[in-house]
Amino acid sequence: MLMPAPDEGLIARRGEFVAALRAIVPGEGVIDDDAELAAYECDGLTAYRQRPMIVVLPETVEQVSRTLAYCHKVGLKVVPRGAGTSLSGGSLPLADGVILGMGKFNRILEVDYENRCAVVQPGVTNLAVTHAVAGEGFYYAPDPSSQIACSIGGNVAENAGGVHCLKYGMTTNNLLGVELVLIDGTVLRLGGKHLDPQALDLLGVVCGSEGLLGVVTEVTVRILQAPETQRALLMGFPQVEAAGACVAEVIAAGIIPAGMEMMDRLAIQAAEAFVQVGYPLDVEALLIIELDGPPAEVDHLIDVVREIGLGCGASYLRVSQDEEERRGFWAGRKAAFPAVGRISPDYYCMDGTIPRATLPKVLRRMGELADSYGLRIANVFHAGDGNLHPLILYDADKPGELHRAEELGAAILTLCVEVGGVLTGEHGVGVEKRDLMEVQFGPADLDQQQRLKCAFDEDGLLNPGKVFPKLCRCAELGRVHIHGGQVRFPELERF
Amino acid sequence: MIQTWSPRTADEAAACVQQAMAADLPMELVSAGTRRSFGRPVDAAARLDLSALSGVVTYQPEELILSVGPATPMAEVAELLAGRGQCLAFEPPDYGGLWGGKAGEGTIGGAMMTGRGGPRRLTAGGPRDHCLGVKGVNGFGQAFAAGGRVVKNVTGFDITKLVTGSFGTLCVVTELTLKVLPAPPDAATLAVLDLSDEAAVRLMSRALGCAAQVSSAAHLPAGIASGFEGRAATLLRVEGVSPSVAARIGHLSQLFEDAGEQVLLDREASQRLWRDIADVAYFAGEARPVWKLSVPPAMGARIGARLTQDLAGRCFYDWGGGAIWLEVPEAPDGHAAGVRQILAEVVGSDGHATLMRASPQVRASVPPFQPLAPAVAALTERVRRQFDPQGLFNPGRMYA
Repeated sequence: MLMPAPDEGLIARRGEFVAALRAIVPGEGVIDDDAELAAYECDGLTAYRQRPMIVVLPETVEQVSRTLAYCHKVGLKVVPRGAGTSLSGGSLPLADGVILGMGKFNRILEVDYENRCAVVQPGVTNLAVTHAVAGEGFYYAPDPSSQIACSIGGNVAENAGGVHCLKYGMTTNNLLGVELVLIDGTVLRLGGKHLDPQALDLLGVVCGSEGLLGVVTEVTVRILQAPETQRALLMGFPQVEAAGACVAEVIAAGIIPAGMEMMDRLAIQAAEAFVQVGYPLDVEALLIIELDGPPAEVDHLIDVVREIGLGCGASYLRVSQDEEERRGFWAGRKAAFPAVGRISPDYYCMDGTIPRATLPKVLRRMGELADSYGLRIANVFHAGDGNLHPLILYDADKPGELHRAEELGAAILTLCVEVGGVLTGEHGVGVEKRDLMEVQFGPADLDQQQRLKCAFDEDGLLNPGKVFPKLCRCAELGRVHIHGGQVRFPELERF
Repeated sequence: MIQTWSPRTADEAAACVQQAMAADLPMELVSAGTRRSFGRPVDAAARLDLSALSGVVTYQPEELILSVGPATPMAEVAELLAGRGQCLAFEPPDYGGLWGGKAGEGTIGGAMMTGRGGPRRLTAGGPRDHCLGVKGVNGFGQAFAAGGRVVKNVTGFDITKLVTGSFGTLCVVTELTLKVLPAPPDAATLAVLDLSDEAAVRLMSRALGCAAQVSSAAHLPAGIASGFEGRAATLLRVEGVSPSVAARIGHLSQLFEDAGEQVLLDREASQRLWRDIADVAYFAGEARPVWKLSVPPAMGARIGARLTQDLAGRCFYDWGGGAIWLEVPEAPDGHAAGVRQILAEVVGSDGHATLMRASPQVRASVPPFQPLAPAVAALTERVRRQFDPQGLFNPGRMYA
């Protein structure tokens, strides 16, 4: 993975930068000790590592603003970081850059039940928001699997999802407002406790911008009353096609389940071996369908879904009778990643989205690809919204195997795009899928995205090397070229 | 004489834009033109008529997606979706009547570009939450795409959200992909009568915070609607499968047993009522200025009281108090100064007021959209210029 070439001139001035940053963030808030810097050298995508030049841990909005304004003035690159759980390398450091760690922004500022929202600092963990409001029967809906550790600021940056987002939406659908600091230190507010933007939906584009547009210092999210009842069905199918048909029929019946997850044979076997929750081992695909709401609704829909499942040829079917059983259904799914970790020294988690109807074809083709690369794949799948999580099994100690796993991953994501899907459903592009962006987007599509970047960060100082396969040159992008009706742009240099 | 271009394809639209670039000729973007009373009047020497970019590109009910040309009539979209038991969950409002025209004549593109949702926007999100992808032509003459055709996608910047609600000031949209959802098979509305505005907002807050999964909550003060014998009505809608609707209505009815006299509206009556609320039918057939304020819901009644008293207006509440529809007597500025002064005094900067109906003269002389904080205004203008540096698309439609 090639990152923008470090600027030796900047690295040589490290002492000067550290002194200036210490004048802004006193005490231990500026880290330049090699051993301490090592803690920041990677995020959840551990295959890539880079020690940052400096780490800054501000505690106030003013410190964030002054730090960014200083970096802007001297031309220092800044990589914002939340809890560091990104699976796409969103907070991979730069050798000549500053990590701006938002971990000290860890307070819940306000819980407002009357307006059904919470105002929190970006370093608060996802689960902490739910814990803060659970006493009154509320919760925060987006639930990425890292929710115990990941921060709300990171969720906003990545537009995090989770198993319940088909029904309850992603972060962007649950976000009401932010306080945002631009690279020049400008502090501004977008949204609040009210709905809809005043003018252009800047909040909508800041969410999911992967740290390339600004640094969020405060977040207002909506909170929901927790559903009265949750029940789940566990269904096994002799063929993947039948499971796929079941998912389509549930949707066609007008039902949007709270969660609808699929696992393939290898994932089922690994999970059952790990947690022994009673998953059937003689099926090709397992579905967990969860329904939530008032008991009258859940009981009614459980019956409808059961009939659909049987009609689609489910060879195994269980309906949860109590909370313990429901949690059991989920225990295997939730342990799928560590379970795969037990049967393989390493695994690489992918994240494409496909039109659901193409699932059988994609799984078949994926199997062929895996064979041709000599690797195995276990599949877990947010079936309701078509978000695939193939886990590629490999052994990093075997020479060349990581490289093969990455190539296979790229081939899978390319396949997702070919069948009408996209590179990433919830993990973000980061560095991981950066060089595949041209598979999904044409030059004009990427130009327009980069122009947006120019409106926020003309010098390209915020998180460069992420999302886009080419650094953007705003002066050239901003020029209007007309040559005989043809609009052209000079070819830009690649990493 | 206004020059009009009528491209039949996305490529032709790109060619039109390139010609406009070369001639430095600003254009008004229109299809059915039913929403031209929304925002500032556009002063442009040319018109880009997108009416021919109409029709369904693909509809896949099981994938929950619909791709259409922007000029596809909303009526056609609604009928197509209803045929498969689906809908646009944000409940697109139809302001045709509010603006003195007919209902049912708008397009899907107009609905998405003006970015408004109806009563269910409160819980289901607005157009921005249901737009998955756009194709368009930017002011550099480039045809580009953003987003995709799947319901879950975080690849690249979410430009789709930015384009939704941009009033055609960023690009010429040539195709839209929408998330479609099952239409609720059943619905009912519980009305509690004779509450004051403050009591109504408190009741709605309680209802929205309980487990009954209320999808919409509105309050019609006395004299606003002709139904309920002209009495004040606080309205709670629940939607879903029949057994669920019945159970949740029962729960609400019990919860608010002592709040006041209750009336239960069945599915059909409920549909008519919420259609009227969505379309602001109570203020149709008049010319007086109409404002919509978006505020923190719990503040609704306090602002509503000030607005009606100080400005001699009348108002009703949607979104649990978070949306205030206000009609005021004629005034040279449409009462912009008064409305925004009261808004600022009560909620500070946490809210906005949009002028939804006024004469073109008034809409040209006062900002119909809430003036932005200087830093946000500067950023908004930088963003707009990165789509349309020459200011070719709907110049002045949002801000002068």
